[in-house]
Amino acid sequence: MLMNVFYAFLSIALLGALLGIGLAVASLKLSVKKDKRISSVEESLPGINCGACGYAGCAAYAEAIVDNAEELTLCSPGGKDTAEALARIMGQEIDFSAIKQVALVHCWGNEETRSSDFRYEGIEDCNAAFIYFSGADTCKYGCLALGSCIRICPVSAITKREDGRIHVDRNICIACEKCVEVCPTKVMQMVPHDSDWYVACNSPDKGAMVRKYCSVGCIGCRICEKKFEDGGFKVDNNLASAQYDRQYSQREGAAEACPPKSIRMIE
Amino acid sequence: MARLLTFRRGGVHPPEKKSLSRGEPISRCPDPETLIIPFAHHLGAPAKPLVSPGDEVKPGDKIGESAGFISAHVHTPMGGKVKEIRSVYLPAGFASPAAVIEADPGSSWSGTDMGEDACASMDPKEMISRVQEAGIVGMGGAAFPAHVKFMIPKGKQAEYLIINGVECEPYLNADNRLMIERTDDVLSGAMYIQKMIGAREVIIGIESNKPESLQAMTQAVSSRRLPLTVRSLKVRYPQGDEKQLIEALLKREVPSGGLPIDIGAVVSNVGTALAVYEALRMGKPLMERVLTISGEAASDPKNVLVKVGTPISHVIEHAGGFSSPPDKVVIGGPMMGFSIYDLSTPVMKGTSGILALTKHQVNQASRTPCISCGRCVQACPMGLNPTKLYKLIDHGNYDEAKQRFLLDCKECGCCSYICVAKIPLVQGMRWGKLMLRKKQS
Ligand code: SF4
Ligand code: SF4
Ligand code: SF4
Repeated sequence: MLMNVFYAFLSIALLGALLGIGLAVASLKLSVKKDKRISSVEESLPGINCGACGYAGCAAYAEAIVDNAEELTLCSPGGKDTAEALARIMGQEIDFSAIKQVALVHCWGNEETRSSDFRYEGIEDCNAAFIYFSGADTCKYGCLALGSCIRICPVSAITKREDGRIHVDRNICIACEKCVEVCPTKVMQMVPHDSDWYVACNSPDKGAMVRKYCSVGCIGCRICEKKFEDGGFKVDNNLASAQYDRQYSQREGAAEACPPKSIRMIE
Repeated sequence: MARLLTFRRGGVHPPEKKSLSRGEPISRCPDPETLIIPFAHHLGAPAKPLVSPGDEVKPGDKIGESAGFISAHVHTPMGGKVKEIRSVYLPAGFASPAAVIEADPGSSWSGTDMGEDACASMDPKEMISRVQEAGIVGMGGAAFPAHVKFMIPKGKQAEYLIINGVECEPYLNADNRLMIERTDDVLSGAMYIQKMIGAREVIIGIESNKPESLQAMTQAVSSRRLPLTVRSLKVRYPQGDEKQLIEALLKREVPSGGLPIDIGAVVSNVGTALAVYEALRMGKPLMERVLTISGEAASDPKNVLVKVGTPISHVIEHAGGFSSPPDKVVIGGPMMGFSIYDLSTPVMKGTSGILALTKHQVNQASRTPCISCGRCVQACPMGLNPTKLYKLIDHGNYDEAKQRFLLDCKECGCCSYICVAKIPLVQGMRWGKLMLRKKQS
């Protein structure tokens, strides 16, 4: 009786050992060589498989980075830290320190300052809204504030403020220019990282027209350009823009003199 | 009775609402004081303006020259003075340059009928060039330049000419009235098109909810002994789309990304056939059209002949204005049309209807998450998976959406119509296509 139990034990144990060895051999023989970096890249990604990078999940993105030299800045939840970690693994440089440009929304319009032509009830996205009459605002050049840029920014530098305006944190922005590309009204533009003042308007419409639809839009009056020699502003096509080639001393004076207060300090 | 023909896959049957304007004979809309004539009436290149502010024009003058292959000339229906060239938003939501013309009251184009014999002596090439000169576009909606369609590419052959009298959009009766009131001219136009493209057979497809049209056409065909078949179709949206109509009549499917001519068919709307008739017989450019003004908020639904460039507000006024404040004014049919906010938007070559809809007709329900019921998949006549496409686009996976045939979507609106969660699926498709175009450029 006892012997029977012993045999049973023994045979199962032997069987187990044999199959185990078999599996070990198979895994050695049949293993597919995977670039080791894939797993370290994958480990550096957040692992939440959100798909924001455009791939089916973190593993797929990791493979694309190693096998297809995909860009390193596609993971938005991971942000700057992740991009840096990936750069280290891949032996590439994303030179964050040398970035001279940052994105800036050239518009200060919101619900309170400007009029709209109709009620928009569609998909919450600037490009989707732009299909219909270039957006509901009367101004066709301003920020639609539906956040196409927020969704595409790989390092989450862009947020929507309480007052409905879109804000880029210039200390986080890595100047990938994705937001500039996606923005339907081209109101998102790059400026030097150390710039101080800017013209927060993107409308080339004539002053009389701008006045009708927005209280903070540039009216092209040229006060900034004409009255402040060292203000560094130029008016073209009814719209002022700040020059960033050097430091100017009269920026603040021009800002104060601007009738609609379109010249603003970058926040 | 034999089973009525229809297409194979998908489709919906929204309330028809045709009775509001079905019995209204075509009347002429009075001339406006100002015409706003856009230079773009279709996708593809807008016409190049031939006039500048201050110029005097005569009725029928060509004011825009086609620019590029897929482009059509533009003519003015009235004489007058060009005030300005400015950008206007078209019903479809994009902007186009337009000529603003202060019209001479009472000025109107006139021409004489050159008779059947003059047309019989023309060869197909000359006929096509006259169609091109007249600036004719498809009048069913997309306004594709007609001469481009009639020039059969080398190596292809047009076996069938299908005349589209389906008018599957609810409310609209413009084509219906044309078939009843201009029966003979529409049929002659169809025969001219047949000659141009060299088609072996001509079939006219009409949905069974237009018995008067069916009867008028059948009678005229038999009394004139025309080599033409009239077929009655089951009422089903979007049967008026080329691809569905071909499927219904010929049981052939246009391949993905292909054109009807790839399977030997050319489809032309009844309005287009009439325009062809008028261009060939009288040399008349396309500069006016019949449209239906209807809807629960319209005082006096009717079918009117309107000059291209007439502001929508002028047409509405002619039809007695609104009976109650409309919640939406839609240009075209309720399924594929566009809601506009500015009533000074002009009537275009492709404008088939003006609908004033009340709150009850406009979808008021609020959006909820997709419950994966699959109704949109069943309804899509192109065999797409709208909810999957929407999710891909929402996540920015435009390439995968393209692989899943996003570009086959023709924005018919069946999916949005049927969706219980009220997800704006069609807008999603348009958004996805926009993003793909953006990526390419
Ligand atoms: S900056 Fe451009 S993309 Fe960003 S919210 Fe404004 S309009 Fe949209
Ligand atoms: S002063 Fe202000 S409004 Fe006038 S041109 Fe300069 S930025 Fe525009
Ligand atoms: S709109 Fe496009 S996806 Fe929706 S049912 Fe029509 S073809 Fe299909």
